[in-house]
Amino acid sequence: MKSLKALNHPLSRVEQEIAVLDQPVEGKTFEGFLQEQALFPLKPTTIDILQINMGKMCNQVCKHCHVDAGPDRKEIMTRETMQHCLEVIRKHTIKTIDLTGGAPEMNPDFRWFIEEIRAITQTAAIIVRCNLTIIVANPKYYDLPEFFKKHRIEVVSSLPYFSAVKTDAQRGEGVFGKSIRALEMLNAVGYGVADSGLTLNLVYNPSGAFLPGSQQELEQQFKKKLADGYGIVFNALFTITNLPISRYLAYLMSSGNYENYMEKLVSAYNPVAAMNVMCRSTISVGWDGFLYDCDFNQMLELKVTAPDSQHIKDWNSEQLHQREIIVKQHCFGCTAGSGSSCGGATT
Amino acid sequence: MKTYYNPEDLKKFGKIGEFQKSMADKFFAYYGEVFQEGALTAREKSLIALAVAHAVQCPYCIDAYTVDSMEKGCDEEQMMEAVHVAAAIRGGASLVHSTQMMNKVKEISM
Repeated sequence: MKSLKALNHPLSRVEQEIAVLDQPVEGKTFEGFLQEQALFPLKPTTIDILQINMGKMCNQVCKHCHVDAGPDRKEIMTRETMQHCLEVIRKHTIKTIDLTGGAPEMNPDFRWFIEEIRAITQTAAIIVRCNLTIIVANPKYYDLPEFFKKHRIEVVSSLPYFSAVKTDAQRGEGVFGKSIRALEMLNAVGYGVADSGLTLNLVYNPSGAFLPGSQQELEQQFKKKLADGYGIVFNALFTITNLPISRYLAYLMSSGNYENYMEKLVSAYNPVAAMNVMCRSTISVGWDGFLYDCDFNQMLELKVTAPDSQHIKDWNSEQLHQREIIVKQHCFGCTAGSGSSCGGATT
Repeated sequence: MKTYYNPEDLKKFGKIGEFQKSMADKFFAYYGEVFQEGALTAREKSLIALAVAHAVQCPYCIDAYTVDSMEKGCDEEQMMEAVHVAAAIRGGASLVHSTQMMNKVKEISM
């Protein structure tokens, strides 16, 4: 399977995606919902999280990927851009550094970057969004669990279901089996094990055109099934709603589910979730150093509205704090039901 | 094509109060409470609803509780087993009446 970009798919062009996402759903817009709550324009509350997308290169080609990542994507962050990120981490109080991709581990400077971050701060949380299969993809990655442990990385990994059929349908043939092997390796060094201090969180996102159910209940199911079936333990399950961007948008449209899915997101709008959206406390850094309100806006190439602080090398906290967050119809994905963020439900 | 069942009508279910508000309000309040987490989990209730939907052969309910069951983390095998429970009870309900037939046969036979 290739990326939409490699296939020259119309939705690989952001102007096409935005043209779709600019259409109101039954006459309703996300902006309109925020206005009713006096939340528009949406403003940040703080900048606690720096989410850094280290590149679009990935060993998997998941059907729902909003990054359109894959082996054929060569866009990765340079060491120079990482140096700019380190400057920001050095000078500002960032509580969480959240490394994502693609598969961030495939960036040749990944380990160097983490070592440099830890040299600056021992207290900030460092999250790596690890797709699991990378750990068993090549012998050079086999020691990743030990590396993560040494630097007290929080590992967050997608596992859309506790069976091979559903997981492989979304993430590719054989992914479930490899993910279980990787989880065993993470467990073996202490990740997810009670009182180890090593956090392993899993991410559930629906394998289709439906919303995630109760995070608490799904977590209970996952814990029981993975423990009983495979002896796997983990800390928490994050439920994440699929946002209608890139490959997931292409799936929704080609399967005829787009309108129903959007109506479902709109009808499930939760005002409390709207107050807690993660873009209010996050800055997302693209592989090329540009700044965005979130990873989704990054993929839509909607740069932050801070005019003199659109790139990591030009970081200006004051402007970033005062910016207006860009919202479009995809934002309904973060406010549906119990809310959705990179840390799971928000209410 | 005109049909008796239109999937779009499911979205209008909440508007049945247009013709009789107080009863609809009471029904939906009751309905909402029934599906709350209780002695049974919301997931278990969804599977029961899916099975009943098949027993009463309501296409709206089948659509709604297929989605709901999937949202609550049920897989295809679990959902099909729920439908088999409905089928077993429906089939069993016919078959158990055969005892009446057997009784009658024996009553009128030499």
